[in-house]
Amino acid sequence: MNAIVELRALSRRFHGPASQPVLDRIDLTIAPGEFVALLGRSGSGKTTLLRTLAGLDPVTEGKARLPQRRAVVFQEPRLLPWKPVWENVALGLPGSLGATRGHALRALREVELAHRAQAWPLTLSGGEAQRTGLARALVRDPELLLLDEPFASLDALTRLRMQSLVGELWQAHQPAVLLVTHDVEEALLLADRVLVLAQGRLIEDVSVPLPRPRRRAAADFDALRLRLLGALGVDEDGNDAAKAA
Amino acid sequence: MSGQAIAATASPSATPARAPRRGPPLHRRLINVRRFLVPVLLVILWQLAADVGLISTRLLAPPAAIASAAWELIASGELPYHLLVSLQRVAIGLAIALTARVSLGLIAGLSKLGEDAVDATLQMLRALPFLALVPLFILWLGIGEATKIALVALGATFPIYLTLFGGIRGVDPKLLEAGRILGLNRAEQIRHIILPGALPQALVGLRYALGTAWLSLVVGEQINATAGIGFLVMDAREFLRTDIILVGLVVYALLGLGADQLVRALERRTLAWRPSLIREA
Repeated sequence: MNAIVELRALSRRFHGPASQPVLDRIDLTIAPGEFVALLGRSGSGKTTLLRTLAGLDPVTEGKARLPQRRAVVFQEPRLLPWKPVWENVALGLPGSLGATRGHALRALREVELAHRAQAWPLTLSGGEAQRTGLARALVRDPELLLLDEPFASLDALTRLRMQSLVGELWQAHQPAVLLVTHDVEEALLLADRVLVLAQGRLIEDVSVPLPRPRRRAAADFDALRLRLLGALGVDEDGNDAAKAA
Repeated sequence: MSGQAIAATASPSATPARAPRRGPPLHRRLINVRRFLVPVLLVILWQLAADVGLISTRLLAPPAAIASAAWELIASGELPYHLLVSLQRVAIGLAIALTARVSLGLIAGLSKLGEDAVDATLQMLRALPFLALVPLFILWLGIGEATKIALVALGATFPIYLTLFGGIRGVDPKLLEAGRILGLNRAEQIRHIILPGALPQALVGLRYALGTAWLSLVVGEQINATAGIGFLVMDAREFLRTDIILVGLVVYALLGLGADQLVRALERRTLAWRPSLIREA
């Protein structure tokens, strides 16, 4: 299969060529339609990697091949408060506002937000705002969908609903997805493959061969969970393994 | 205040069974009345004091005399004429200030180079009290309309520039980044993100600019004017007509208030997305 994302020895430094790299010789291939989760502690370079894949940061060391159509859902919704919801979704689409309105409304219907199409973004709840962000990404029909901890600021119940919504939308549209998260269970619920990033290096690349829909209680789910927690340097009780040693 | 705003919006949805609403609720109307109570009382006291001779009507005309003077001036067409002249000066001056400063604000706000070129210069000029330039203006532009309009333009200019510049610089870079990913080019980013983002601040600047525009107008119209509200007032001084002077002051005050209301209406229209305004609506 032809890879949709291909990174070869990608490095990134913020303070000159001799400084400690934030990303250190990353090799990564993502197949079309593949759902990849990227785990890592804060400061591990997750967001930097995502920004590179989004094309927001330049590639200075190494090679990167990215698809044309990319879309990002950020941790904060980043909606323009002065445009109603549907115009936020339609923003940047080619064609006049009138022509793109239909697309925007269809995308909003998919995230079950058609009834809020005319609302001002500042009146949305956290979950609604993130769903708008999701609609705004989907309407672009992306080949690569980048999710930067999109559920991090949501309450637990909303988060569960959002996770299953993302799963459904992925199955319906089949974009390649890179989900950045620090939640091991979330990664295992959604992804085909889980990567672990630590100090700028990819230290784990684990396939998740579990059938969908997945259950947290399943034994093989738990085994994978422990393995990934170990890679993140946290033991079962949430203690810092490195400190304990 | 905010508590009332919330209550006002909560009531129609919370109690849809209630009879059709007739204007604002009673307690709110009472508060509106209460706000005018003290000024009205003061005017009555002033009139009474003049009637019993506590205040010299030569130094300070009583309200009734002011009202009748105003009526005479309106009936004779004098007041409308002078008002029109004054309004025209403000309109032209403001138009000049707006075009000049919006473009400078954009140049300085949108590029580092523009900021270095424009901002430092304007900040230095701003330190100068602009009314101190009157003698120079008279030398350069004479004592005609040009000086008056230039004063208004100059007075209105800095608030517009400063707030627009600040507004542009205050736009959330995360929104700009999102715009870039959504495929907006620079011009579209300016149109969809930067300008609407700077608008709330720019409107505050406009309101402030209108205030200084009236101030400059008052000063400008006292320089050898032959028409305008300022002329009316200066002319009345010659004849010790404090009633007409006070009419002029009242007109200035009303103009200021009206301008403020105009900007507020503009804000309500263009900033409808703000939560505070959504609640009031």
